[in-house]
Order: sequence, then structure tokens, then C-alpha cells
Amino acid sequence: MNAPITITIDGVEVPATPGQTILEAADAAGIYIPRLCYRPGLEPYGGCRVCMVHVAGRACAACTQPVSPNMVVENDTGELQEQRKMIIEMLFVEGNHFCMFCEKSGNCELQALAYRFGITAPRFDLFFPKRDVDASHPEILIDHNRCILCAGCVRASRDLDGKSIFHFTGRGPDRRIAVNAEAQLAATDADVTDRALDVCPVGALLRKREGYRTPVGQRPYDQAPIGSNDQPEEA
Amino acid sequence: MTAALASAIGEICDGVGRDPTRLLDVARAVQERFRCVSTAATDHIAKELGVPRGDVDGLVSFYAFLSREPKGRVVIRLSDDIIDRLHGFDRVRDAFGRALGIEPGQTTPDGAITLETTSCIGMCDQAPAALVNEVVVTDLSTDRAREIVGDLRDHMEPARLVRTFGDGNNAHDLVRAMVNNNIRAEGPFVLSELQRGEAVSKAIGVSPAEVIRAVKTARLRGRGGAGFPTGMKWEYARNAEPPDGSRRKFVICNADEGEPGTFKDRVILTERADRVLAGMTIAGYAIGAEEGILYLRDEYAYLQRYLEHLIDERRGDGLLGPRILGTDFGFDVRIQMGAGAYICGEETALINSCEGKRGDPRNRPPFPAQSGYLGCPTIVNNPETLCCVTKIIETGPATFCAHGSPASSGTKLLSVSGDCHAPGVYELPFGLTLRALLDRAGAADAAAVQVGGPSGTMVAPDHFDRRIEFDDLATGGAIMVFGPDRDILEIVRGFMDFFVHESCGYCTPCRVGNVILRDRIARIIDDRGEPSDLDELETLSQTIRATSRCGLGQTSPNPVLSTLESFRSAYEQRVEADPDGFRRSFDLASSVCLTVSPDARPSSGGREPSP
Repeated sequence: MNAPITITIDGVEVPATPGQTILEAADAAGIYIPRLCYRPGLEPYGGCRVCMVHVAGRACAACTQPVSPNMVVENDTGELQEQRKMIIEMLFVEGNHFCMFCEKSGNCELQALAYRFGITAPRFDLFFPKRDVDASHPEILIDHNRCILCAGCVRASRDLDGKSIFHFTGRGPDRRIAVNAEAQLAATDADVTDRALDVCPVGALLRKREGYRTPVGQRPYDQAPIGSNDQPEEA
Repeated sequence: MTAALASAIGEICDGVGRDPTRLLDVARAVQERFRCVSTAATDHIAKELGVPRGDVDGLVSFYAFLSREPKGRVVIRLSDDIIDRLHGFDRVRDAFGRALGIEPGQTTPDGAITLETTSCIGMCDQAPAALVNEVVVTDLSTDRAREIVGDLRDHMEPARLVRTFGDGNNAHDLVRAMVNNNIRAEGPFVLSELQRGEAVSKAIGVSPAEVIRAVKTARLRGRGGAGFPTGMKWEYARNAEPPDGSRRKFVICNADEGEPGTFKDRVILTERADRVLAGMTIAGYAIGAEEGILYLRDEYAYLQRYLEHLIDERRGDGLLGPRILGTDFGFDVRIQMGAGAYICGEETALINSCEGKRGDPRNRPPFPAQSGYLGCPTIVNNPETLCCVTKIIETGPATFCAHGSPASSGTKLLSVSGDCHAPGVYELPFGLTLRALLDRAGAADAAAVQVGGPSGTMVAPDHFDRRIEFDDLATGGAIMVFGPDRDILEIVRGFMDFFVHESCGYCTPCRVGNVILRDRIARIIDDRGEPSDLDELETLSQTIRATSRCGLGQTSPNPVLSTLESFRSAYEQRVEADPDGFRRSFDLASSVCLTVSPDARPSSGGREPSP
């Protein structure tokens, strides 16, 4: 049943185990597929669409597509990279992302992907949405301006912390993260030790007073571009 | 008040056995009784059902017919789709607004009446139309709008707005609707007369495998639009194992007909619901399911009592229930009401909705036939598909295949609306040309035809000889006809408004990309487009199509892509390069102004004017 199989990614043969996703098999083999909403240990979400690959000419998300024997995956093609770049630009214009003022700079996957894809300015007009900041909790901050709706906190709070503090509210362009209380985070049982606080790929969900513990210039993506082989993988 | 609310919610939750998967039913009941699902109600529901508060809030915020703020005792929902717009929607909306003294989205100060707009309510052949609570009012005019407001002010009873009943079962005592069927061509299969019990008794007289073989031999493909082979879907579900310790499988009928311009399922449910229920029973027998769910869109709530009555009748006749026609095979059906969300027509979103969740589609695999409703093998079929099944069983696959074309057997129900003399429902054999259909519908001067609704294809006259079949112009049945005076770009903008409104927002390209597309189209309409916009529209559309997570996003750029191809001159006429090399898209006035100028379009895409 779980006998190892082989798949091919961009012409390279890669070992895989039945039940793995394409992304997991690629990671295990040291092949980088760009991604944002994927987090090891969390249920795959398939929402950001940055990890789109082609299997037998069909597009699918590498984070949700299980491997099958002799699967042929295209990852690093001009077409896919262009699409990924455009999706990252979409995320930039949808929110309010001011990297130069953001304490997550250098440790932010969205910013790091922008560098990797050579995005200097998005080709689309900025939306400038009006979004809230929830600083009600003494130790935790939510800045919806920077949220990319990856559901990391939703999944981690539900499945790792057993708390379900975060959920989605609204739909379409009005979709937002909300907290399990009438209004603000302070009214929930969110705690600074929650693992949900470890998974935000951007600067939307932060522990207060920790942002500058590592000086700018010494942060992970200041050292090496995202997707480098020596990239430290966070929890 | 709080005690009353708490006890009422307690009763409502008891009514569904405190089953969290019935959360949508609970929220609908609370909405109906208290005109909203307030913050306090959200807390009570969460406590009673033992679910996180966020589950309730997430659900209420997802469905258009649920609200956190109180609505009026009467809610007028004006159907706003492109066909309503062709037939005077703007004037009717303004007439309602003036008569009520409010704008759409507002409630009269006395809390009596709310005015809203909503996506297509499935009445394009009698547009403009509206829902007044559950009551459908059709063929609206400005005079009629004023009358309706006057009458409501007088008695506040929407049912009394119906003066004459429509044809057929629309006049049934449990329906009492002014809706008309407008059946223009009654084909040999779906709309044919039936003898209750014939199909079910024939089906259970043979083995389930033989039923599936008959459906396969008939080469039946799903009528909802995607055209997946029905027999194959059933076979997957038949062979699928339910999760540990369970023997449950499910048959779901997708009557969430939401594609703008489609209304044939409404007519099927009004006139041939018996066929639908028989088809569900046969499907249950074929895959080994004992439970069925008829998912009915909220816009068709006026049919709910009638359909429940039919289900009861069939139980009485031994055609539903624990021992069908005296055999060991049992099957029963419940109705699941929707709450206003086009995306719930997507089968995995629909399954989530049946489970009392937000209508976000699911990741595939697993496919519903392996793991669907409550994790059990589930098939989701369109009402028309199920009607075809009954006829295949009644007359045999050969008769069915004798109609239609080789790859598309049988007939198709087409919902024709727009600029034509005979809008309505046509059951015609697959393979007919668009031109033949337009001739029948009295649309000789059609300048453009949208086949398949907004997610389909805009066809220009030089392609009217294309055929309506799965391999050419595939369609769930919506045929929208546009005359020579219609503005193609306005139509495209209307379609993109629709997709922005109905996207669930789960994945980036659909949530963000469609807003950008819509705004680019608007910019071109506002004479601020540049020649380079056309290529950019194309690239953006291709990315949304290729990377979106479900069928909604994968088809949402179709209005742009198909008109860029077939009606390119409509774009080219509207774009030009600035002679001085400036960006025409840059609007100086709005960029330096701190407030929105009165003629700026309201931003429903989550955007605010730039400071």
C-alpha cells in the first residue's frame, strides 16, 4: 500500500509515498514550489493558488493534489511562473502592504516572494481598502490590512490549539478573518502561547513587542531568498 | 426580549434535534422569526448547538438572505441581472425607491419594508421581477411598483399582491404564484406526461447494475452544464465504501438554479417534480443510497410547500419511505433550503451548505462520489438529469438516444430570454443550431446571444450555425438574446458585477482578479481605456481561468474572453492612446479629492477611494 513510488517534477525523478501531496514530495526532494497558504502540519487549504502546477497538462494546486505513480509534474515553466507572479501582485493590491513600515519585513513570505519574482511595483491599481486593526489583546495584534486570507490561523487555532478563535466572515471581496467573540480578540481565550500565532506568513497576526527582536538585515529572507535550499523552515 | 429570544432559539434548535449540521435551517428560522440573526441570537445558537460562535457568524455573513441587522417585516428583493436591466430594472428600482422613500439596501424608518437588489431569481422570461418575502412578482413596471408599495402599506401581506395565478401548477393551492411556465416546446422526455410509479417500479424490477447500464447506454450526461457522464458518476458512488461503521450514501438533487438567465429547473419543479423525485429514488436504488436531499434555492421557496406535499403523496403511494413498493429497498427525501448564494450550485459548495456550513467549495480529491455529504459517497445531479433518468427507465435507452446528436443524446431544456418575442422554456433535441432556436423564439434580429449564462459564451451572428450540444455550445440551458441596440460592454460589466458579488472569496484569483477585471471593463466604458488594456484583460482572464479553485472562478472571465474574441471591435472602438503619452486610466480629479465625487461608482469591491 505504502510502497514508494516515483513521480517526475520538471524532468527530475523524485521518490514519493502514496498519500503525499505533490508539494510534500517536492519539499522532501528539495525542489521548491512557491507557496503561501501551505503550512507543514496543517490541513492543506488550496486557497492562495501560488503553488499551481501542471499534471498532464491540467492545472492543480500542488498542496492539495495527491501524488500518483509515474505522475508527470510541470513546476518551473514560464507560463506557471507568470501566473504565480500575477497572483502575488493581486495579493499586494488587495490589501495595504507597506513593507518599509512593517515589523515583519524580512520575515514575510509575501514580501519574499515578491523579491523572488522580481516584482518592483504591481501592475494593477491598488485597492486601498479600509481595514481594521485589532490591538485589544494585551499581547497579540491583528492587522487586517496585511492579511492575505490564507486561513493559517483558522486552521492552527482549530486543529492545533483546539480553540477555533479565528474564522472567516463575509464572502467574495468582503471575506475577512474574524474572531470568536462579538467584537475583538481580547474577548476570546486567545493566548500568547497559541500555535496559531506561529503560522501567519505575513504581518497580520503578531505577538506584540517582539517584532524587532531580530534586527532588520538579519532576518531569514534578508539572508537568502525564499525557496533557497538552506532556507530555515519555521514551525 | 432576551429570554424570549433564548427560548425561541432553544425551540428552533430542538426542532432539528440540536444537530449542528442543520445550522443553516436554524439560521433561516431565526431570520424569519426575528428578521435577523443578531449578535445575541448568534451567541444563543452557538450555545444551543455546541458549535463555535464563529461557525454561526461565518454562515450568517455568507448567505445573502441572512442578515445580522434587522430587516423590515417585508423585504422586497429586486432581481438584478442583465435581462432585468434590459427590461427596465433601473426605472422599476427607482420607482420602488421613491415610493418607499429609501434607497436599495435600506429599510423604511418604521421598520416595515426593506428594499434590496439580488442576483437573478430565475424569472428572466417575465422580467423585471422581484421577491416580496417569498412571493414572486413578475413583469414589473413603474406603475406596478407604486401599486405594490401602496398595497403593502395598506395590508403588509405579500400573498395578496398576487391577483391572478400563472398557468399549470402555479395556480395549485399550495403554490398560488403569478409566475408563468411559458413552456414553448414540450419535448418527448423531460416535460412529457408521466404515470406516477412507472419508472420506479421498472427500475427496482431489475438490478442496480442494470439501471446504471441503461443510463450509460443512453449516454446520459449531466444537464447542469458540465456534462459529466451520469452513469459513470453513479458507478463510482455505487463502488465507493462509506466511512467506517456507516452504510450511508446520499443522492442530492441540485435545484440551486442560480446561473443568470436559467429558469428551466423552476418549470421542471413546478410541472414535473414527480419525475425529479422518481429520478432521485432510482438513483438511490442504483448507488445503494437510502437518503436523498433536494436542495432548493431560497428564491424558489414559494414551491417548498408544494414539493413537500408531493413527497408526502409519494410516501402514501409507497414510492418513498422504508419499503418502496413492498420491497426491501427504502429511500426518502428531505428538502434543504438554500439562503441566497450562487456558489452553492457548485456541487461541493452545495454539500457544505447541506451540512450547515458556509458555501465554500471543497478541495478535490476526494470527489463527492467517494466522500461527499457527511463524508459519505454522494452523487449530485441536476433536476433535468434526473428527469431524463426516469424516461430512460420508462422507454429504454434506445428511444432516448434516438433524439439528439451522437455525443449529446436526448433533449435539452433551454431557458430563452432577452430580446425575443417568445421567451420561455424549450425542450428540444440536442444538436439544433442556435439559429433554429432563435427562429422559434422570434429573435430574427439578434445581434449577440449569450449561451450558457454569464459563465458561457457570447456568440456573434456569424456563428449562429453553431450547435447546442456538449461538443460545441455546451450549456446548462441559459440562452440570453441581445438585439442590435445593446451595448456589449455593459453586458460584460453586468456579468462581472455578478461574479464579484457571488465569488466565495476562498482563492486569490477569483476573489481579487474578478474585481480587477470588472474595474478594467468599467474604465473602458468610461472612455479611459487604452489599447494595451485589451492584452492585459486577456492575460488576467487567462490567469483567473487557469488558477481558480472551482468552476466559478474558472469560468468567470468567460464574458471577457469570449467578447474579446467575438466582439473585439466593441472594445477597440472604446480605447485609444493618449496623444501626449499620458495614462488615460489615471483620474486626476478622484485622485486628489478626499471625498468620493457624486458620480463615482459606489465601490462594492471592498475598495475605498484613495486618500
